[in-house]
Amino acid sequence: MKTTGKVQGIISNIVIVRTEGAVSQNEICYITVGGVKLMAEVIKVTGKDAYVQVFDSTRGLKIGTEVEFEGHMLEATLAPGIISRNYDGLQNDLERMESLFIERGTKTDPIDYEKLWDYKPLAKVGDIVTAGDWLGEVQELWVAHKIMVPFTMEESYTIKSLAEAGEYNVNKVVAVLTDSKGEDHEVTMVQRWPVKKAIKAYTAKPRPSRIMETGVRAIDTFNPIADGGTGFIPGPFGAGKTVLQHAISKQAEADLIIMVACGERANEVVEIFAEFPHLDDPRTGHKLMERTTIICNTSNMPVAAREASVYTGMTIAEYYRAMGLKVLLLADSTSRWAQALREMSNRLEELPGQDAFPMDLSSIISSFYARAGLVHLRSGATGSVTFLGTVSPAGGNLKEPVTESTKKAARCFYALSQQRADSKRYPAIDPLDSYSKYLEYPEIVDYLDEHIEEGWVKSVMEGKTLVRRGKEAAEQINILGDDGVPVEYHEMFWKSELVDFVILQQDAFDDIDANCPIDRQKYMFDFVMEVCRKQYGFAEFEDCSAFFKNLINLFKQLNYTVWKSEEFAKYESEIRALVATK
Amino acid sequence: MTTKAFQKIYTKIDNITKATVSLRATGVGNDELATVGGHLAQVVKIMGDQVTLQVFEGTEGISTDAEVVFHGVPPTLKVGDGLAGRFFNAYGEPLEGGAPVEGEEREIGGPTVNPFRRRQPSELIATGIAGIDLNNTIVSGQKIPFFADPDQPYNQVMANVALRAKADKIILGGMGMTNDDFLYFKNLFENAGVLDRIVCFVNTTENPPVERLLVPDMALTAAEYFAADKGEKVLVLLTDMTLYADALAIVSNRMDQIPSKDSMPGSLYSDLAKIYEKAVQLPSGGSITIIAVTTLSGGDITHAIPDNTGYITEGQLFLRNDTDTGKVIVDPFRSLSRLKQLVIGKKTREDHPQVMNAAVRLYSDAAGAKTKLENGFDLSDYDERALAFAKEYSDKLLSIDVNIDITEMLDTAWALFAKYFKKSEVTIKSELVEKYWK
Repeated sequence: MKTTGKVQGIISNIVIVRTEGAVSQNEICYITVGGVKLMAEVIKVTGKDAYVQVFDSTRGLKIGTEVEFEGHMLEATLAPGIISRNYDGLQNDLERMESLFIERGTKTDPIDYEKLWDYKPLAKVGDIVTAGDWLGEVQELWVAHKIMVPFTMEESYTIKSLAEAGEYNVNKVVAVLTDSKGEDHEVTMVQRWPVKKAIKAYTAKPRPSRIMETGVRAIDTFNPIADGGTGFIPGPFGAGKTVLQHAISKQAEADLIIMVACGERANEVVEIFAEFPHLDDPRTGHKLMERTTIICNTSNMPVAAREASVYTGMTIAEYYRAMGLKVLLLADSTSRWAQALREMSNRLEELPGQDAFPMDLSSIISSFYARAGLVHLRSGATGSVTFLGTVSPAGGNLKEPVTESTKKAARCFYALSQQRADSKRYPAIDPLDSYSKYLEYPEIVDYLDEHIEEGWVKSVMEGKTLVRRGKEAAEQINILGDDGVPVEYHEMFWKSELVDFVILQQDAFDDIDANCPIDRQKYMFDFVMEVCRKQYGFAEFEDCSAFFKNLINLFKQLNYTVWKSEEFAKYESEIRALVATK
Repeated sequence: MTTKAFQKIYTKIDNITKATVSLRATGVGNDELATVGGHLAQVVKIMGDQVTLQVFEGTEGISTDAEVVFHGVPPTLKVGDGLAGRFFNAYGEPLEGGAPVEGEEREIGGPTVNPFRRRQPSELIATGIAGIDLNNTIVSGQKIPFFADPDQPYNQVMANVALRAKADKIILGGMGMTNDDFLYFKNLFENAGVLDRIVCFVNTTENPPVERLLVPDMALTAAEYFAADKGEKVLVLLTDMTLYADALAIVSNRMDQIPSKDSMPGSLYSDLAKIYEKAVQLPSGGSITIIAVTTLSGGDITHAIPDNTGYITEGQLFLRNDTDTGKVIVDPFRSLSRLKQLVIGKKTREDHPQVMNAAVRLYSDAAGAKTKLENGFDLSDYDERALAFAKEYSDKLLSIDVNIDITEMLDTAWALFAKYFKKSEVTIKSELVEKYWK
């Protein structure tokens, strides 16, 4: 019997329900208004009153309205057919919604229950299995989608029977499992999982030991993110967070990309809808959309569903990780999610923390970031979820609660600077403030030695020092004047400008420069460092700036030309000739 | 609004604050309208049988035995072609008399367009102002505010943009507008002979501030009618959104909500996003473009209102007084149009993106040189040239009194490059330099 209740109070999207029976925290309920059912989640219980946050507009709702509790938390539907779908924060398929406007209470199926999949079993009758073990697989686009023992099944089971290879829809019983008490459990291709709980169907979660290429030089060369790592991008508006995230989503070396557009602009998602189906994934030759799933709760969609959207995204990412895939989860922006938490906490009249955010903000954020990671599966395969979130700090001030809480949780920090954005130095990742903790991991250092070149990290550190010295020199020049400092200061400054213009800056809108593969990054970085290691000894500072401006111009042309082409070689020899003159 | 026979009349108000009243009532729906002693009000909170109403005009003179009548519906607007050429107050009632508009009655602040049904904006809106067209091109379906100090001529610039934009309908939502500014817009539209394309919803400084909260939703409901039902290109002008946000703060304060940054309600981001996100390019060809004004205090964009706005809108246009030329310019550093990439170099000449970036970079070099000069250092030859370039660039391109087409803007920029710089100093792809260098 389901618990029921009646509406007792309404404050915006918080509804107080007088319940008759037991309710649990985070339980889902439905409120019927004007013939449609509005989904809501319990967020607080006081005596017989349950405070629920409604994932929709409460306009016209009246006291005394019937509420029905579902007995489970907010769940994601996990089954073949998720890749390349476009969902809202509650996993409704937006594409299946016919009307131009999203009418209140609209629900659509997240997957196609009719579609036939070409199924083949992977396990054998008699095998002992536990949650997450692979029973069979179907071909979902280009992915071998594993049908697993549902994550909710907590003990070990013996496989009693398995469906034969064939064409089935997702509701087909593909296996019958017997538990220790001799009870049988039927398994279909569909399972459900409460989004706020982490899926833990793995044997170990080791430290990340390799990097994930993004094609962005300022990240891969200077502050690489690990496969299974976490990072975040804070930046004031206009600093290029979204452009950077889109670039990463197009180029990253991942099997699947889950993009959560959380409380951001609808037109940004439209850009993905418009472009991704036509763009090729350079690594697999498939279309980008065939590896991308979008969870979209734009800023004008209901606030409560914003919080759900990031969890839905993470749950889908964890599901595919359990199949041994490399999943990259991008969330833009986690600040909007924090603001949604703030709105709720405010309406619940909780005592506020800093900037009126809830006190437990920090722990909510860190437990979410902790769900990412590289895992070893029972099958021997490894899978990973790499998580990269953006943060939109109020007033561009990085000392605000969301940025500070995230900094404690994420391992890579890509600070976008207003100053760089103002002078159109994109991507505006600040080379000095940003960091990647992974460069300190011995595993990663070894990996880079082996996969890029021996001593790579040392060389990168040399590059960073060069940029820092250049900045110091620039400050001295600003204080003492061009003539007031030794010419070496100018040389130092201009070398850092060279690194900035050639390595750190990258034109996301140029077909060639936008995506820079790691071998090319290595080549360019080594080349620039070679030029920088030379001492030039200019007589006059004007000579120095003229020389480097010329050099930067030539290097820029190099970035715009196809690598290893004739033109590339031409610019390269021009640069070498120019360097040889000094 | 007349009362209907079956409506129950309440006459016992329990609490009165400056903006709200509360009373015991039953069968009341959330967000529905009511009349309190003849003043329009809206339900904002219900706890058991205790209903809190926000009175738009303020509660001055309301007595505890005032008559309260619930209308059973949220705020609505009658939409029809008759809206065109009319001026309304915040409730959608015609100003200066005249017959009410005939048409369907629609709830304001209605549902969201399904993101999947949207189309990517791709049509350039030419304004003739190079600070906009060249550096910060606006696209139909975009939402973009002017960030300006109160002393700057933002309403004039916005009116110019509106008149040159070739929109099918221009909908003006005026919030806390002075009567003088309202008359300015009215006269301008009349003189330009475009009254038949205009719809205005106005809350002037003479009206109570809380009424403003209805204006954007009224304007956008009308806009959605013309864009979605009629497939027209609609331009919505909202001025001034800072005063709208101030009204939000008043209401949340009266309702004892905990304020977040700058005394603004914690929901400010969502409240503003609900308005701005109505900007849309529809598959039918209709579109809603929103150009708004957010006034700043002393140019401070870190204040919660411009800050949240910046995160929602697709860029911002920043007006500034340029001391070198004595003109008002569109600041190339702080201004940004996020959708310009969809059209520049595609709908405009191929060299547009690179010319735009190069000019701004050189302008920034000039700013560096200026700092040097102010600190009393000698300028290099390059610095001198950059400064001279900046002055002419500001005068011929950034100034808001410019009115030329985009190709002419590009040619002007190339001419300035050639006048002050060497080819290698502009860092533009060499094939473009060879083709366009003057």
